[in-house]
Amino acid sequence: MKVLMKGNEALAEAAIRAGCRHFFGYPITPQTELAAYMSKRMPKVGGTYLQAESEISAINMVLGAASAGVRAMTSSSSPGISLKSEGISYMAGSDLPALIINVQRGGPGLGGIQPSQADYWQATKATGHGDFQILVFAPSTVQEMVDLVSDAFDAADRWRMPAMILADGMLGQMMEPVALPEEGRAQLVEKPWAAAGHGGKRPHNVINSLYLTPDKLEELVAARYFRYDQVKRQEQRAETYLCEDAELILVAYGASARVARSAVNQARERGRKVGLIRPITLWPFPADCLQEAAKTAKAFLSVEMSMGQMVDDVKLAIDCKAPVHFYGRTGGMIPTPAGVLEEIERLV
Amino acid sequence: MESPRVTILCGHYGCGKTNLALNLALEAAAAGGPVALVDLDVVNPYFRSCEYRGLLEQNGVRLIAPVFAGTTLDTPTLPPEIYSIFSPQTGRVFVDAGGDDAGATALGGLSRQLEEAGCQMLYVVNRFRALTQTPEEAASLLKEVEAASRLRAAGVVNNSHLGVETTWAHVEAAEEFGRRTAERLGLPLLYSTVPDFAAKSPLPQGFRRVRRYVRFAWEEE
Repeated sequence: MKVLMKGNEALAEAAIRAGCRHFFGYPITPQTELAAYMSKRMPKVGGTYLQAESEISAINMVLGAASAGVRAMTSSSSPGISLKSEGISYMAGSDLPALIINVQRGGPGLGGIQPSQADYWQATKATGHGDFQILVFAPSTVQEMVDLVSDAFDAADRWRMPAMILADGMLGQMMEPVALPEEGRAQLVEKPWAAAGHGGKRPHNVINSLYLTPDKLEELVAARYFRYDQVKRQEQRAETYLCEDAELILVAYGASARVARSAVNQARERGRKVGLIRPITLWPFPADCLQEAAKTAKAFLSVEMSMGQMVDDVKLAIDCKAPVHFYGRTGGMIPTPAGVLEEIERLV
Repeated sequence: MESPRVTILCGHYGCGKTNLALNLALEAAAAGGPVALVDLDVVNPYFRSCEYRGLLEQNGVRLIAPVFAGTTLDTPTLPPEIYSIFSPQTGRVFVDAGGDDAGATALGGLSRQLEEAGCQMLYVVNRFRALTQTPEEAASLLKEVEAASRLRAAGVVNNSHLGVETTWAHVEAAEEFGRRTAERLGLPLLYSTVPDFAAKSPLPQGFRRVRRYVRFAWEEE
């Protein structure tokens, strides 16, 4: 049976059903319901909920739990993710899988508490210092939040790297009907690399990101980038909507994609040939899907709740074969279907 | 029986208090006389009745909201204007309390005056809302709300719905949940709501039609 859940609660319940038993967090609007839900549910399933003394502690607790091979997660909102970035870099440098949730709010600085997508660059380009990437998933419905939590944990384990769900305050706070996966169905993989006790039967496993010998560090980073190439080939995901004959294709993810979809429907009613590509993974960016669309589309329009952070990725994906326009709102403002429609009318 | 001048809606966050409060206030205004809607949610900055100021004021409903509501200042502050609800000249008053016991805390400091003014607190429940899906779960939450608000509920409103996916079958199937929750609490079940798009005609006794005012930014008109 379907139930009504807030996005934040759905993320939490989905994580529990994906076999996560270790949550470490710190409250921040508009993400707090996630931690509150975990505090009620984790004790009932024999898991650990711990409100750390800060975001930095929380992410390092995730690092510790992930080192022991268990599914661990943390969640926060924009300013809190900045605090976690050091720990995320350490996890990437230690090849640790874990899930980080960012329910974005307006920035920079303390910014505001209304929805935003202004952490796109942070998530896809620089979640911390050093040469590394993390997997980034962008749900656009509460149901997809449930589905992607499980996919993100699986992908993180598959590639031994951190994964992020990049949501926003609107998705976190809104209520929608969801069907939850059955409990106990998560596919947990063996982790022979984990530091979970050797029982005198094998050498120590060491989890570490410190390598003082440059050639050793270069070799490790290069091996990681070889893996990233495979990730790019295998993990790209996007949804296309009315793109077959579209001359103008909107590109939007998350809550913006829902606004864009409404605008596309309204434009179609007026006979405009408009479609939508919705990236589901932001890293790897769904370049293949956009390249395919660029064969026929005459122009693209990136619709975002930021100042246009995704525009360059769209341009690169299509090798600048068509103009890429931008329409967005920021600071906690949400674009309206009417605003997007107006921009479509200006361009077609 | 004439209902008390002040009606307070409390319940689990996300059970649909705000949408119900908007319906009740707009219906009361349409029936005539002064009406005020109080947004008493000092917990959650999203999806709250103060976002509907335009709709309410156009239809003759006065909105009383926390001082910083609708801004991004996350500060739980009640407006001085709140005290006007105790004056009979304010007319019918509907109070949209915050979710759970945390949201109901703001009622606690006003409980004595609310009782003197003549109020009824209605407990709003939703069979499809995660964490309050059984009569036992729904009943236990009310105890926390009553303790925090220092008020006793006078009746149960069964507001069971599944958002835009609600069908008549959902509403009909949830009727027993409403009845059993009320029984467990020793309170009358006042009515069950049904969103207008899911209502069957004629509506059987015990059901009340509601409009969906609380919508998402991208929903097409």
